[in-house]
Amino acid sequence: MQSPAEQQRRSIVVGMSTCNIASGSQEVFDFCRSEIDSRGLDIRLGSSGCLGMCYSEPQVQIIDADGTRHLYERVQPKRMRQILEQHLIGGQPCEKWLARLDSGAAHDFCSKQRRIVLANCGRIDPESIDDYLAAEGYQALQQVLSTMSQEQVIDRVTASGLRGRGGAGFSTGLKWKFAYQENADEKYIICNADEGDPGAFMDRTLLESDPHAVLEGMAIGAFATGATQGYIYCRAEYPLAVARLQKAIVQAEERGYLGKNILGSGFDLSLRVKEGAGAFVCGEETALLASIEGQRGMPRIRPPFPAQSGLFGRPTTINNVETWANVPWIIRNGAAAFAAIGTDTSKGTKVFALAGKVKRGGLVEVPMGTTLLEVIHDIGGGTTNGRQVLAVQLGGPSGGCVPATALDTRIDYEEVSRTGAIMGSGGMVVLDDTSCMVDVARYFMDFVQNESCGKCTFCRVGTRRMLEILTRICAGQGRPEDLPLLEELAYKTKTTSLCGLGQTAPNPILTTLRYFRQSFREHIDEGRCQAGQCRDLCSFEISADCTGCHLCLVNCPVNAIDGEKQAKHEIRQEACIRCGVCRDICRFNAVVVGPPKGAVSG
Amino acid sequence: MCAIDLDVVNEIVGQKGRTADHAIPILQEVQKRLRYVPREALARIADLTEMTESQLFGVATFYSQFRLEPVGDTIIKVCHGTACHVGGAKGLTEALENRLGVKSGETTADKKFTLTSVACVGCCSLAPVIMVADDRTYGRLDMKKAVSIVDGLEGVSSAESG
Ligand SMILES: Cc1cc2nc3c(=O)[nH]c(=O)nc-3n(C[C@H](O)[C@H](O)[C@H](O)COP(=O)(O)O)c2cc1C
Ligand code: FES
Repeated sequence: MQSPAEQQRRSIVVGMSTCNIASGSQEVFDFCRSEIDSRGLDIRLGSSGCLGMCYSEPQVQIIDADGTRHLYERVQPKRMRQILEQHLIGGQPCEKWLARLDSGAAHDFCSKQRRIVLANCGRIDPESIDDYLAAEGYQALQQVLSTMSQEQVIDRVTASGLRGRGGAGFSTGLKWKFAYQENADEKYIICNADEGDPGAFMDRTLLESDPHAVLEGMAIGAFATGATQGYIYCRAEYPLAVARLQKAIVQAEERGYLGKNILGSGFDLSLRVKEGAGAFVCGEETALLASIEGQRGMPRIRPPFPAQSGLFGRPTTINNVETWANVPWIIRNGAAAFAAIGTDTSKGTKVFALAGKVKRGGLVEVPMGTTLLEVIHDIGGGTTNGRQVLAVQLGGPSGGCVPATALDTRIDYEEVSRTGAIMGSGGMVVLDDTSCMVDVARYFMDFVQNESCGKCTFCRVGTRRMLEILTRICAGQGRPEDLPLLEELAYKTKTTSLCGLGQTAPNPILTTLRYFRQSFREHIDEGRCQAGQCRDLCSFEISADCTGCHLCLVNCPVNAIDGEKQAKHEIRQEACIRCGVCRDICRFNAVVVGPPKGAVSG
Repeated sequence: MCAIDLDVVNEIVGQKGRTADHAIPILQEVQKRLRYVPREALARIADLTEMTESQLFGVATFYSQFRLEPVGDTIIKVCHGTACHVGGAKGLTEALENRLGVKSGETTADKKFTLTSVACVGCCSLAPVIMVADDRTYGRLDMKKAVSIVDGLEGVSSAESG
């Protein structure tokens, strides 16, 4: 992916995505810069996006003169110094920090993945259009503009079976066709990069790591539907993604892939980035349109669908970031190649943001049809500290918790829906037996009642009532009639809300009630939280398994643990705030949850 | 505190435009420059554009990004997204509340820090996460590490101001 002149030059490529930077990659980059300069080394220093292996960031790739790539994990400046001296100057790779792709963690993380959307992520410099071009970039657009009609493009996308990756899973080709069939003086296309699901980061990573792929997909979609103007509506919390998108748009315009008379075809497209302003509901397409128009982001009734009457009343095609990023691949490789991957109704791959209590968190792209178990165990390596998987949360506030017993569910829109959860946009948060399912239900209700735009009564008031009930249950004041009441409110909110927010808001409650009713009962009937999360309903105790290693004692934020080295420790209950740090940190599982012991101090 | 300089509002409206679809970009730029959106600025924008003050107020209060009150020099945001929640975000907020002597959502008496929460910064694989001053993200935290990051900040700021 380098020009011939650079082929001979060795490179250091530092991962510079938000997650890498948060892990300390900027320091590594700065260190390399100053070492290369002060030692006068003939080494190219570059940056890349995220490889998806967030669990071992910061990452640095060394590319030898012959083009061989080496991936170093968890690189801090100190490690970098040694890599520099031993590998780049001495010619001997530092084996112990290399990610091996034939066995071990990196191999397990990668071997079941199939990368279409993420193919370039972490492998090219997202700020260089030349890198993208060298990776077959903009070839699909070229092909479309020089050899295909609008109908042919739509037919190919339809035949591929691509369905929207933003959650609802609507056929992308069909959506394009509706917009194409409209007659209008102006049409728009929009990339939905609002990524509101708290616990998801697929779109951020993709935009930071391969922005041109999204732009190319949009240009193809614009040609197919007849749009000449477009927006990328991006969360304001993603400043790096916004900056890279803006840079990519400028580069693409300079090279004639965007702007007027694209590649001499007579087709015009101007794209702009709009920053969101922090409202989850603006991910809903009609609210998003209202937001771009400068109004409060309130959803409206569909029909008319945006394809008929969207932005400023014009036909508008809205797709998710990942949906757009699939398009160039489909054009280049053909519909059949895409449709060959996946299940009967769900084609291609799906990207998931794997997080929570999982050993190897990061960005994962698997063929549809892969089971949840394979993603969590084989790719993710199971839970962080070997505890039991309790459930996996899919789809964020609109989704639900799939219990450990249903992890053989395959990733497929319909199969996931049957569990009561939804495929969603790709948030996948693993919960272990230290997570309280009542608390998780309360958490999501807190989120949606905060984010409800307030238009529909049950979504506005019903969510608040449900939150109050759940808060009471977590505080030990649950009543037997609470569960049927929750179910009634959940049902009414689902059926009387206008947009997807309210219609799906009860899903987290309904799935937890369905699979974890016992946990609700323990909270209400016995006043106990076995997971040790609801502080009024539990205590922590140290069992005979304690080796007296002092780890919990040193880490207790309120110094509530006493004990001599090598002797069993004790928790002073009157000082303990039930934060659970001791349990999380104990290497011998010697901290156990006990019954409540009076009110929490402090 | 000196009176707010509203000339920047004229400048911003001049750059962005006067129609309704520029409401959010205008408010975002005002907040960037003044660090919050004062009521006086809303009135000034209304004078200069096609929008009424009530429309602007409606927009400014709908979106959680906009702050209608002044904030401290440094904003510390604790992520309370799903991954951070199950990773112990509540403990981080409590630890920082204790350290700074304010509740989440409040500003310290010396106006140096505002402590608040955010619903996911997109670094979920590094949960729990905090974000300092909109551009520095710290991950894989626990209560002690979070407090020591804030301790570090104070050292810097007191050295600078002293
Ligand atoms: C409350 C709510 C939030 C949503 N948030 C997002 C989002 O953050 N990103 C997204 O792509 N779609 C989101 N959607 C779905 C969009 O309305 C729309 O279906 C999607 O952008 C269409 O693109 P697709 O067909 O490519 O999935 C949301 C829907 C609802 C009801
Ligand atoms: S949940 Fe905290 S960064 Fe996403």
